Amino acid sequence: MTVTIAKEKWAGKVVEMVIGQGPNAIKVGGENTLPFLRFEGEIPNEPVVALEVWDTEPPDWPDVLASAFDGVMGDPVAWAMRCVDYGADLVCLRLAGAHPDNKDASPAEAAATARAVAGAVNIPLMVIGCGIDEKDAEVLPAAGEALAGKNALLGCATINNYKAVTTACVLHGHSVIATSPLDINLAKQLNILINEMDLPINRIAMDPLVGALGYGIEYAYSIMERTRLGALTGDKMLAMPVVCFVGQETWKSREAKTADSDEWGAQAHRAVLWEVITATSLVQAGGSVLVLRHPESMKQLKNHITAMIKEAGGK
Amino acid sequence: MILIGERINGMFKDIEEAILNRDRSRIEYWAKRQTDKGAHYLDINTGPAVAKEDQPAVMEWLTKVAQSVSPLPCCLDSASPDAIEAGLKVHRGKAIINSTTADEWKMDIYFPMAVRYNAYLIGLTMNEKGVPKSAAERVTLAVELTVGADLHNLPLEDLIIDPLVLPTNVAQDHGPEVIEALRQVKVLTDPPLRTVIGLSNVSQRCAERNLLNRTYMLMCMAAGLDCAIVNMDDELLVDAAAAGEILLNQNIYCDAFLKTFRKR
Repeated sequence: MTVTIAKEKWAGKVVEMVIGQGPNAIKVGGENTLPFLRFEGEIPNEPVVALEVWDTEPPDWPDVLASAFDGVMGDPVAWAMRCVDYGADLVCLRLAGAHPDNKDASPAEAAATARAVAGAVNIPLMVIGCGIDEKDAEVLPAAGEALAGKNALLGCATINNYKAVTTACVLHGHSVIATSPLDINLAKQLNILINEMDLPINRIAMDPLVGALGYGIEYAYSIMERTRLGALTGDKMLAMPVVCFVGQETWKSREAKTADSDEWGAQAHRAVLWEVITATSLVQAGGSVLVLRHPESMKQLKNHITAMIKEAGGK
Repeated sequence: MILIGERINGMFKDIEEAILNRDRSRIEYWAKRQTDKGAHYLDINTGPAVAKEDQPAVMEWLTKVAQSVSPLPCCLDSASPDAIEAGLKVHRGKAIINSTTADEWKMDIYFPMAVRYNAYLIGLTMNEKGVPKSAAERVTLAVELTVGADLHNLPLEDLIIDPLVLPTNVAQDHGPEVIEALRQVKVLTDPPLRTVIGLSNVSQRCAERNLLNRTYMLMCMAAGLDCAIVNMDDELLVDAAAAGEILLNQNIYCDAFLKTFRKR
């Protein structure tokens, strides 16, 4: 008696998105199967990993994280170059300094920072706002203009500011990250609204606002799974690659921030694992772009992805 | 929910005239109109006025004209195997053959044809004895069709069972039997067979036709209906199909669900 391998015949696929330009461009998405199930479909592109660079020194990063960027955290250009040295696939520039409670950096300052970082690195760029919708509606278009033609990934567009961010992407040739607060219905609706502004679906990425391990990761996991199943069953408005801001969530957790203790063990080990486990779980759920903070986490995540791809039968 | 636009059918006076005069514009008009309204397939039926020997040529012409202005595939609807095959020969995409009965001599014609042209095939749950009344008899015939598909190597996902809806004013007792038959057909095989009904039949010569059609469609959807041959001009019917998909969790909700349903 032979065992027949059960293979699902999927009708749809995740769209393929190009980030960056020329020989340094990378591709994400394009799968017509569940993560790593290469026996029943195509996985043309592996998940990619970005490291965060801030335009202003982060005030509350624990030493186990900050020490990896010793000496460059006041200089986004040097910081970004350090990320390239660590082997990041993308640089994720976070314009935290634009936050009104931070430095309230102007759109022109944000544009200058984006331009300087883009000029210094040869890998694709993500540019993320400060998280205040109104301010991001000003700084992201400015950064987008400064990076015209670089095909960056700009975000995050929310239901409140998507028009300004999307317009910048249409005008200056970028892709957008559409954020919705762990709500697949709103995510789909936002994709429709952005697409109706004539941004093609292969220039929209989805950010489901994931939670970290122990802090609601299971909500993100199931939403990402439903998103992938929607894409595979032909729902074009859910067929976008998913971006997961893993570092941002992980390094907020007590498990990453608490110093060495008898109960929880060594912080350096524990904190990195917290980021790696969060990311590997979300890769299983269908994440395409994983935004991390610690280079050691990135190294371990990349090893994991390589092993999983090999397990699934290689490229 | 797959909606098959019913309008290019020689039973309608304007289509009959268009066929007799070989007037492309009327066919093009309905092909475009039903496409714009969100149909997924165009039913093509030569109607009763065309002589038997002319049916293949008319089917070929209707299929070509409809597909010249619409990207949609067609549901080739005829009792003449020659007409169906003439349509299949010029058809672009994966057609639906409408239909075979559970009679062996018909299955021997249509199953190989569906395999040869890689088409879906609608199987009616009836034979020369006529349309059965009970759900059980309908399901028995669905089983015979399933066996026919297996015998002729038609993949089960290409067989679409039509449990045959009759007008509610003259065959009211069939209504619930069809719903029960749908429910049972869906558990016959794994993966489940697809199902279809000619929806407008349920309200033939009745008052409030659109209301009856819409209501019955939703009742059938809840029992496992996948496709229906319908009047695409009934906007509320299309809305109801979209809403039904959402409420059955077949499609992920978003505020623009009426629009996304029509855009697929």
